[in-house]
Amino acid sequence: MGKRERDGGESEREKEEREANAHVGQFLPSQIRNKCKRSEAYAKVKNEKKKAKKQKIKLRDEAEKEALELGNVPPPRKIPRTIENTREADETVAQADDEELQAEEGADEFSQYFAHEITPKVIITTSQQNSVATRKFCADLLTVIPNCHYYKRGTYNLKQIVKYAINREFTSIIVINENRKEPNGMLVVNLPEGPTAHFKLSSVVLSKRIKGHGKASRHQPELILNNFTTRLGHRVGRMFASLFPQDPNFRGRRAVTFHNQRDFIFFRHHRYIFESKEIKEKKEKPNKVDPKAVKEKKKLPKEQVIARLQECGPRFTLKMQSLQHGTFDTKYGEYEWLHKPDMDTSRRRFFL
Amino acid sequence: MQHDEIIWQVIGHQHCSFRAKTVTQNFCRNEYNVTGLCNRSSCPLANSRYATIKEIDGLLYLYMKSIERAHSPKDLWERVKLPRNYAKALEIVDKHLEFWPKFLVHKNKQRLTKMTQYLIRMRKLALKVKPKIMTMPAKQVQREARREAKAEVAAVLDRSIEKELLQRLQSGTYGDIYNFPMKEYEKVLDMESMTADDEEEEEEEEEEEEEEPEVEYVEGYEMEDEEDEMEEFANGMKDRLTESSESDSEDEEIPTRRVQARKAGLPTKRDADAAGVKSDVASRRKRRGHVEIEYEEEQEKESSRA
Repeated sequence: MGKRERDGGESEREKEEREANAHVGQFLPSQIRNKCKRSEAYAKVKNEKKKAKKQKIKLRDEAEKEALELGNVPPPRKIPRTIENTREADETVAQADDEELQAEEGADEFSQYFAHEITPKVIITTSQQNSVATRKFCADLLTVIPNCHYYKRGTYNLKQIVKYAINREFTSIIVINENRKEPNGMLVVNLPEGPTAHFKLSSVVLSKRIKGHGKASRHQPELILNNFTTRLGHRVGRMFASLFPQDPNFRGRRAVTFHNQRDFIFFRHHRYIFESKEIKEKKEKPNKVDPKAVKEKKKLPKEQVIARLQECGPRFTLKMQSLQHGTFDTKYGEYEWLHKPDMDTSRRRFFL
Repeated sequence: MQHDEIIWQVIGHQHCSFRAKTVTQNFCRNEYNVTGLCNRSSCPLANSRYATIKEIDGLLYLYMKSIERAHSPKDLWERVKLPRNYAKALEIVDKHLEFWPKFLVHKNKQRLTKMTQYLIRMRKLALKVKPKIMTMPAKQVQREARREAKAEVAAVLDRSIEKELLQRLQSGTYGDIYNFPMKEYEKVLDMESMTADDEEEEEEEEEEEEEEPEVEYVEGYEMEDEEDEMEEFANGMKDRLTESSESDSEDEEIPTRRVQARKAGLPTKRDADAAGVKSDVASRRKRRGHVEIEYEEEQEKESSRA
């Protein structure tokens, strides 16, 4: 019922209820104390509501059809409310012509990368305590990110590793954390000046476990970053981009996707191919037969280019917990963004 | 009055609140105990002359008590602060316990060593980075999992990825790798379909022309027996055509009944093809005689259905 339009919705609803309750007398089903009778009454009400809904849809469809036949513009369909289109307004959502943002991005930590001045070189490592599952996940990540090196964690602490990596001119560190022998966290440190992002890692599926998975070639993949809309989102997106080289080899037909939906970042890795395919024409109903339609039917089957995907894996989901200015420093680090419980008070508020 | 022996008689052999019993040995919980063991010589209660070392907030103090101050518990213990430097602390212990029993001196020095070591270790550990352990409230974990699943459904990942890739293809990101640069491709397609349309229209016209003189072609060089069949065939075709047109008109009258529409759908579709088929069949008939059998069967079916 949440999708009902507000205006006049209440009175309509009341009317419906009254009609539905007419046969029960003055009682609402919930007022009947005998369970048998109550459930009976409920069933009737429910049935009635269902019928009303069907009738409503039928009327709408007929009106649409009529309008089409008369050559009128059919009444616009109501757009269902989704969490996406009822998202809480966020003033940091980036506009295309935001000069301030452009200037900011021209001078941030990733600007060198986007100016083709540095090529990414990544360290992957685990937490100090690590298990097979995490190491396998690292191995899968190695197949995705080009120019990526696995280092055993040993007993080094992160600050030592950061120092080491900066000296060897690495541009990023990825640390996979684990809990109960399952990977559950990912720390991405951009070098040499940060930022550092901490993500919750969930629903990890290794390539091997994906049904019908393909084997990725060693071509440099292209990157798809979807839905990173706000300033924070842009920053995170740029961070992900800076893990991959900027000159993808399109002949490899490999795509790595970071898709943000409701602050969950879905990672997917695919091979794709473009193919042309006939468009299936809808079977025309004979009552609509007019010369124009017949002519259309006689046209050659129209071809359409489609993209087909084969997943290579791994697949996992990230959710950002914090974004820290500078490299990893939990004690004195300055947080650009930190998830707090009071941010969870609305399910329509998103930050990326 | 202080009677060490009596005190030991009581706490050593009857009951002491500080005693911690284990299977092999008894320990002492009194914080002034130098060794931590429960025995006559290291009992802080049953010895009126006693010395120990205590740590308060990371600093070490030498505590000493003597029988002269036993009457005032307030001033019972004499306390000396020990310097951080281990060697200097040892010197001070030596100085203060110069004429004390060798047992106490020895045990105090041992205790001093241990305590300096643990203080050093504490400082080291405080400097060391340790992972922070976080809680994972089950409610939040479940909620996140639920929201993630819903977000994944809302994302329609495969389709959005395909869309993005096609967009890239259309915007020319891939250059000339692929054979279908979309715009040109569609232009060509449109051209083709246009020409195809024209051809079809021409064909239609031809067919219309063909319909009437059809019989004349056959007459010229076919056997007489086949002539009749040919006539039948032509009649059949006409019947079919009229049938389908009738059904069409019926549909127009009652547009809402789906069943009829479905029934009528088949013949109309065939009608569209019929023109093409007919000319084919006609040309085939010239060469071979037995094709007609198939056609009659179909006709029968048609008639039975009608």
